[in-house]
Amino acid sequence: MPQYETFEYDVLVIGAGGAGLRAAIEASAAGVRVGLVCKSLLGKAHTVMAEGGIAAALANVDERDNWMVHFADTMRGGQYVNQWRMAELHAKEAPDRVRELEAWGAVFDRTKDGRILQRHFGGHKYPRLAHVGDRTGLEMIRTLQDHGVHQGIDVYMEHTILSLLKDGDRVVGAFGYERERGRFKVFRAKAVVLATGGIGRAYKITSNSWEYTGDGHTLAYEAGAELIDMEFIQFHPTGMVWPPSVMGILVTEGVRGEGGILTNADGKRFMFEAIPENYRHQTADNEEEGWRYCQGHKDSRRPPELLTRDHVSRCIVREIKEGRGSPHGGVFLDISWIKQKIPNAAEHIKRKLPSMYHQFKQLADIDITEQPMEVGPTTHYIMGGVRVDPDTQMSRLPGLFAAGECAAGINGANRLGGNSLSDLLVFGKRAGEFAAKFARENQLGGIDIGKIDTVAREALAPFERSGDENPYTIQKDLQETMQDLVGIVRTETEMREALEKIGNLKTRAGKTGITGNREYNPAWHTSLDLKNLLLVSEAITRAALERKESRGGQFREDYPNKEERFSKVNTIASRAADGLMQIRLEPLPEMPDYLKQVVEENR
Amino acid sequence: MKVQFKIWRGDAKTGVFRDYATECTEGMVVLDAVHQIQATQACDLACRWNCKAGKCGSCSAEVNGMPKLMCMTRLSELPLEKPVTIEPIKAFPLIKDLVTDVSWNFEVKKKIKPFKPRQPDAPDGTWRMQQEDIDRVQEFRKCIECFLCQDVCHVLRDHQMHDKFIGPRFLIHVAALEMHPLDTQDRIEELRNTQGIGYCNITKCCTKVCPESIEITDNGIIPLKERVVDKFYDPLGWFWRSLKRKSDSETVNRES
Repeated sequence: MPQYETFEYDVLVIGAGGAGLRAAIEASAAGVRVGLVCKSLLGKAHTVMAEGGIAAALANVDERDNWMVHFADTMRGGQYVNQWRMAELHAKEAPDRVRELEAWGAVFDRTKDGRILQRHFGGHKYPRLAHVGDRTGLEMIRTLQDHGVHQGIDVYMEHTILSLLKDGDRVVGAFGYERERGRFKVFRAKAVVLATGGIGRAYKITSNSWEYTGDGHTLAYEAGAELIDMEFIQFHPTGMVWPPSVMGILVTEGVRGEGGILTNADGKRFMFEAIPENYRHQTADNEEEGWRYCQGHKDSRRPPELLTRDHVSRCIVREIKEGRGSPHGGVFLDISWIKQKIPNAAEHIKRKLPSMYHQFKQLADIDITEQPMEVGPTTHYIMGGVRVDPDTQMSRLPGLFAAGECAAGINGANRLGGNSLSDLLVFGKRAGEFAAKFARENQLGGIDIGKIDTVAREALAPFERSGDENPYTIQKDLQETMQDLVGIVRTETEMREALEKIGNLKTRAGKTGITGNREYNPAWHTSLDLKNLLLVSEAITRAALERKESRGGQFREDYPNKEERFSKVNTIASRAADGLMQIRLEPLPEMPDYLKQVVEENR
Repeated sequence: MKVQFKIWRGDAKTGVFRDYATECTEGMVVLDAVHQIQATQACDLACRWNCKAGKCGSCSAEVNGMPKLMCMTRLSELPLEKPVTIEPIKAFPLIKDLVTDVSWNFEVKKKIKPFKPRQPDAPDGTWRMQQEDIDRVQEFRKCIECFLCQDVCHVLRDHQMHDKFIGPRFLIHVAALEMHPLDTQDRIEELRNTQGIGYCNITKCCTKVCPESIEITDNGIIPLKERVVDKFYDPLGWFWRSLKRKSDSETVNRES
């Protein structure tokens, strides 16, 4: 029996983006011993890519804002299938979490009277996003990182977790390996927090990096937790489309928040067509009003470019499909037009959107102060994830917590821009707090060495078998399958075909062969991540088949409307006794009267 | 077109440049070529990357001898009639291929005194800061920790003085803290004594390679050097402070 290097913690956090760091800081502040494991170097997680801002009803720019408006906006954006309690906690606590970042050294852009500046974003009634130019995520992760490293947290960089350890129903640690030497490690812990982010690598066109392979989703599912809302995937309306090598890289919604407009090949602002009924009275009906809104005129309504992301993405797909797209298969996003409206527009754009200016200049030879950008939808975020208790973030397995993108509930069928960074802070903190509490009330559990040996053996199998499947090729084939068959527009026939293909890819993933040794071998890592990608792809497809309607991030061509019978249910994926994935529908918890009233008053 | 590459393959003990050729299309960056080679010809080729958009600072390497982010270096900017060389950064020990052990940087940061704000003084229990007072700090906080500045700093790269000098990245980090309008810590003494700011002879190599165009030397290091000089080498200032210390201690004595 091999010996594994073993570490013991009160709380083990898996993932070091915004949610993981915030959880680790909170647990550590509660006086327990914390270990933090992450796949990349510290400070490189996807939070760093977030651009637009953190949504919080600070009311610094518009005094009419408060948590109730934010709550109502979040519920409307999520098409009312959100977990109401999470949406409530999020709206109430986000302002404190932002102020806390400032106390830890974050330097947000300022209002004229020296307070934190807030900008407009899609689906938010008032300017609500605290930001730093278009690099808010960098500011947030660096602030948490720099604060966190002084809190006595042990950080394990470039480590991947393969399996959660269980003692009965309880989760009591994790087993994984370090990339540098490929050695296995056992982490025993009284409580485990998953903060592993999303699943974007399951798609070909994505804003996500190699890390986002649904690790937390899979670890939780395999340990016996439930995944909810997996059909709801956010395709961000504006990813780069040209040149091909940068396809999918994010173009912040902040471009539209600053007055950027979407036009088609005929030069028409197509977003004015087909404004959804429940947003009509909040949306400008002429271009002048839209511009006035972006300039902060409180008597005007938002331009239709700032409708929710699901809607904007679908409108872009419609334009492209009907032959009114841009030369490289997108549409135009133009911020340069504001020079008609303000002096020194070029300088203004560079100051407000510096990294967009840089990104287009360097990667596409486009000067966004002079020319329109070409953009199209890109896989950005999954609303679905581990089902958790809204207050404590604990899953149905004692000792297993989840926060951030890998947890679910707050966003319903569609997430509003800016609500992710605030979600990471609010629920990262809660997960850390309650994981620490759980750890204080429980002892370390027993671990099953036999099971660990099995996981280790399976992980090393690609070196030992003479398989001829290339893991990169399988990943690429999966990405094409999901992009083509379970993308923005879905049908039953195509999704059935996807399930069959996923099955074949699973067989092929069992035949990967790896050359080289265990030291920093990306082919091995890709091969191990495949299992997770395949599992989340299956969950997405099965949940999407079950929800026979169109809502938020799910658009079914064969069921193009919202259906009453799906308006108050979640899809829930779990592993049945026979080992197969089971999907069931479960009613949402009933919203209490005081929140119904908040929703009603903010219609 | 087919482009030729020479990529460093090896570990801490030994290594060589290996030749690869791969098809390159319009708009491709160096990182795309590395990924293409990895997926088809050299599956175990180690490199770091994340965002692919110049925002995370993971894919630092030396391309044709120049320190670059591979994700932001377009092949069309390079002479393609001869092979493109790609090798790891040099100021840190090699782990494998293009991956180096940069853990020293994370240890250095831990030793820098953290941010410590003054008591909140606005009526709402927070602070007020004017935009013009934070512009400079925001410039420094653009740093993506790619460590290219550390790579080209001769104090680290050639003289390997990692135990005496924290390097441009962390001088900028200290500058961001020192110039933060709310911060109350004093880091000047350790800048001189343990962090080795005196070793920097302002050749500006760091500024030249910064992918975020931070004016590391002019806006960060030189003002810090001035603060060190003011504190330790200015005889008038020294005299004034010694008087002040004396009167401060007298005040304390009187009160006690």
